[in-house]
Amino acid sequence: MTANRLAESLLALSQQDELVDLPKDCLLSGSEDEGDNDGEREHQKLLEAISSLDGKNRRKLAERSEASLKVSEFNVSSEGSGEKLVLADLLEPVKTSSSLATVKKQLNRVKSKKTVELPLNKEEIERIHREVAFNKTAQVLSKWDPVVLKNRQAEQLVFPLEKEEPAIAPIEHVLSGWKARTPLEQEIFNLLHKNKQPVADPLLTPVEKASLQAMSLEEAKMRRAELQRARALQSYYEAKARREKKIKSKKYHKVVKKGKAKKALKEFEQLQKVNPAAALEELEKIEKARMMERMSLKHQNSGKWAKSKAIMAKYDLEARQAMQEQLAKNKELTQKLQVASESEEEEGGTEEVEELLVPDVVNEVQMNADGPNPWMLRSCTSDTKEAATQEDPEQLPEPEAHEVSESEGEERPVAEEEILLREFEERRSLRKRSELSQDAEPARSQETKDSSSQEVLSELRVLAQKLKENDQSRKQKASSKGTIPQVQREEPAPEEEEPLLLQRPERVQTLEELEELGKECFQNKELPRPVLEGQQSERTPNNRPDAPKEKKKKEQMIDLQNLLTTQSPSVKSLAVPTIEELEDEEERNQRQMIKEAFAGDDVIRDFLKEKREAVEASKPKDVDLTLPGWGEWGGVGLKPSAKKRRRFLIKAPEGPPRKDKNLTNVIINEKRNIHTAAHQVRVLPYPFTHHWQFERTIQTPIGSTWNTQRAFQKLTTPKVVTKPGHIINPIKAEDVGYRSSSRSDLSVIQRNPKRITTRHKKQLKKSSVD
Amino acid sequence: MKVKMLSRNPDNYVRETKLDLQRVPRNYDPTLHPFEVPREYVRALNATKLERVFAKPFLASLDGHRDGVNCLAKHPKNLATVLSGACDGEVRIWNLTQRNCIRTIQAHEGFVRGICTRFCGTSFFTVGDDKTVKQWKMDGPGYGEEEEPLHTILGKTVYTGIDHHWKEAVFATCGQQVDIWDEQRTNPICSMTWGFDSISSVKFNPVETFLLGSCASDRNIVLYDMRQATPLKKVILDMRTNTICWNPMEAFIFTAANEDYNLYTFDMRALDTPVMVHMDHVSAVLDVDYSPTGKEFVSASFDKSIRIFPVDKSRSREVYHTKRMQHVICVKWTSDSKYIMCGSDEMNIRLWKANASEKLGVLTSREKAAKDYNQKLKEKFQHYPHIKRIARHRHLPKSIYSQIQEQRIMKEARRRKEVNRIKHSKPGSVPIVSEKKKHIVAVVK
Repeated sequence: MTANRLAESLLALSQQDELVDLPKDCLLSGSEDEGDNDGEREHQKLLEAISSLDGKNRRKLAERSEASLKVSEFNVSSEGSGEKLVLADLLEPVKTSSSLATVKKQLNRVKSKKTVELPLNKEEIERIHREVAFNKTAQVLSKWDPVVLKNRQAEQLVFPLEKEEPAIAPIEHVLSGWKARTPLEQEIFNLLHKNKQPVADPLLTPVEKASLQAMSLEEAKMRRAELQRARALQSYYEAKARREKKIKSKKYHKVVKKGKAKKALKEFEQLQKVNPAAALEELEKIEKARMMERMSLKHQNSGKWAKSKAIMAKYDLEARQAMQEQLAKNKELTQKLQVASESEEEEGGTEEVEELLVPDVVNEVQMNADGPNPWMLRSCTSDTKEAATQEDPEQLPEPEAHEVSESEGEERPVAEEEILLREFEERRSLRKRSELSQDAEPARSQETKDSSSQEVLSELRVLAQKLKENDQSRKQKASSKGTIPQVQREEPAPEEEEPLLLQRPERVQTLEELEELGKECFQNKELPRPVLEGQQSERTPNNRPDAPKEKKKKEQMIDLQNLLTTQSPSVKSLAVPTIEELEDEEERNQRQMIKEAFAGDDVIRDFLKEKREAVEASKPKDVDLTLPGWGEWGGVGLKPSAKKRRRFLIKAPEGPPRKDKNLTNVIINEKRNIHTAAHQVRVLPYPFTHHWQFERTIQTPIGSTWNTQRAFQKLTTPKVVTKPGHIINPIKAEDVGYRSSSRSDLSVIQRNPKRITTRHKKQLKKSSVD
Repeated sequence: MKVKMLSRNPDNYVRETKLDLQRVPRNYDPTLHPFEVPREYVRALNATKLERVFAKPFLASLDGHRDGVNCLAKHPKNLATVLSGACDGEVRIWNLTQRNCIRTIQAHEGFVRGICTRFCGTSFFTVGDDKTVKQWKMDGPGYGEEEEPLHTILGKTVYTGIDHHWKEAVFATCGQQVDIWDEQRTNPICSMTWGFDSISSVKFNPVETFLLGSCASDRNIVLYDMRQATPLKKVILDMRTNTICWNPMEAFIFTAANEDYNLYTFDMRALDTPVMVHMDHVSAVLDVDYSPTGKEFVSASFDKSIRIFPVDKSRSREVYHTKRMQHVICVKWTSDSKYIMCGSDEMNIRLWKANASEKLGVLTSREKAAKDYNQKLKEKFQHYPHIKRIARHRHLPKSIYSQIQEQRIMKEARRRKEVNRIKHSKPGSVPIVSEKKKHIVAVVK
């Protein structure tokens, strides 16, 4: 409301401005012909007066006989006439002259806006000023928000905030103001002068200057860094070598040697390619080594050591191995080098690959049987009986798939086909099971059966069509497996299968089945795709109804103490069937979700357990004072005799009955000690949200007895640090990195202070629109 | 073969000079240092007790004024210099280190209503009941010179307060309206009014220096913007606000000392609810001043005591009083945040430690470490009932003590009545007003 009014008043203001502009122009035009013909005007007036005498429209005369203060500022007096000035009157003279087009336009604009509203009163305008100014100031202040927040949350604040640069005067300045006075000082100065040590300004010896010119600072720095790096590397390598040299492990050295040999071989091969001459030399060297070996008796188990080992070899495995190694070495060294032909190598390689391939597949199958395949795992663990029956049809396609994925040669379409086949297999087995269950349960309606079979068939058809395109032989295989006859039907989407599965609950009747069902659906929700296979291993109600029933009966016979726990499930199971009948799929899904969410917490049982524990804990304990080994044999595995134990066991007296003995739903803690309570914190202090937070802060010691010096210092840093004798100035924008406002506060006032600026107007307009 | 054996060289562990610090081998195995919580608890308890034992905050009393001290001012550049104006028109400049008066000026006839120093510290301004504003040089006159003000401005009305801009040669006075003066001119460059009433104090914002706050005797606090030369907003409280003080570290926070025994900390952008209501005084609060760290403030009250409040707590952490101290009219926190000065009715200026049990002078590093550790321990165990009881215990003069009891009873009665009223009326018909909102009458835009 007010905003609207505001806007209007502003508009009025602007219009007024325009009006003020206008008459000036008019005046200019009017004043030209004013002076010369007064007489004419008089005459005109007279004529008019006469003409108005007789007519009805007798006008009042607008006379200005004498100078008055009440002259209209527009020089168009409408005072006497009793009529209002009409815009047309103003426009009339304008029409004639074409040069006043702009004025005309302005006037026309004014005409279109009918009335001009009164300007706002002073209070209102001031209020607007204040509001605008306040908003602006608030905006300016909001830049401090992050700073203030940071300072409030700061771990430590050091005052004064601005860092005082230590004012170190350059030595030249110090020296220039200082003169040698004492004889000693003078002597020193003389010496300095003699040696051309500069005393004053640049403070550098000529040598230093030269060195400075020779190398720039950055260059020198880089150089130094390089040198440092090199030195560090060198020392590092040295240390490493020393360390490795010290290692005593034979195995390590063996490994190192082997590695070296391998490396040498590789190098040699490379050398062969690059530089045959050098390679030949190498070969020669090897040959020479061989010759030496053949000549010497080294490694031939004929030395002293070898003989001693030979004696031990019969009993000592290690000795035998050592001897063996020696011989192997000998053999290796004396072996003549052979240059293997490449073609041979290739052949061997392919053979190897082929050899490898076959056992791989075999292994795969075995691995699948008990291995980490989650699908298989599920079927195995869930129901072994089921697994036994299902194993053959299920596991056969699996290895195939694996093979396909592994052998890279085959094309993709085939792989797809395989997957399709597998799917088909799965579905088929599923169908079989469902049919079985159908047989078992006559309650199921014929309709659903029909529809389900139809769906299966249609799916089969789709599958067959897909397969047809791919491979003929595979297709035959598929059709031979799927013994169900093909019927022409509409094809529903394959996704419809899942809802079909979910429909099963409708035919469930017993409570046990219901529970089972809940589990199944649960699984369905969780793992939409892989569970399909898991579904196969579902327990059909007629398969194992006996076990759960027994369980149920047991639970029914539970003692009255456990009444609380048994109540809730029975109620639930009673309620379930009625609801099941009424509810749709989605609602059930929701229920399952809820069930899933609250699956973990059985509140009542938890409570009972807690109570039992509390009771146990509060019972006085027996004291066993037997000393093992006192008066009889002791040692590991020997227990004090029963007699002794009985003798030294002090039975605790039965305490007073618990206060919550007869209150099943209450635990009364009797441990609270009044004497310690006086020293304990009763209410959780403010910044903490949980008692363990508080306890943790209390339990972490901060003293230097428990902490290292550094940690102690860190833990005991005071929140606010002030320097004694330093003036702390108020925070400044520059201190926190803001640009301080450059214009002074004063300069702004000295401009005309009370004026609504155009910017203000805009802001106001904006606010009024909002 | 290498043989390892124990060898102890005294050089490695014996101190040669007292500054030698030897590395002491320590085993931090927690099993060797059991009972950490109880041990630390005992240490905290001892630290708290020692703090109370050593709490001797009173340092000095500066006497010399021949009438009540009405206003105080700090020297912006010198920690040791303090200026005070008395009710007989006398201004004195004190040296805190020597604890004596270094200069006395008969500045005005009647009260010295306000005193403030220039930001550079070369001169200071006083306003008095004689309708004058006078500028004085900080240094005394040379030999044979007359003690004369640099400038004197004769006004039409009585000025009740003055404050100097923090960066520029501008100062503000208050009386019938808030005037902003250029130091070089005899007429205000800008005067701002809003309503007609006498304004008791005006304060420049130390951070955003173009902002001013003032409090008038028609119970309101008005904020001004010097740049735009307009008032910004006005908040009307239950009772009159005597003075306000801006937080030197948080640009938009100020605290108002009110006649209703409370102090109110406001965020100037949201005046309808104070950020915090500080209550502990048992009589009108006459003056308030922030610590330069912006974490605490000190308030002077008519109940003959001064109290130190943390900014974010509603209860005071400290109360200072002496038998001889009468109504405290003005209070200042020194700019190194170590000391507090207060001027009172009985013509004395008193110097207090801001931290009652703090040891003055230079601390050795070990002392410092011990102090920090004790401080942390006190903080850590502050919620334990015994420690809390000891830490909170203060001796109070009988008048204040009985007043507190009495007011507690009154407050309880008021609360009970309110509860009863709510209980026995239609639900929702009696609004529940929080303590923060209770004292705000209106905010005028």
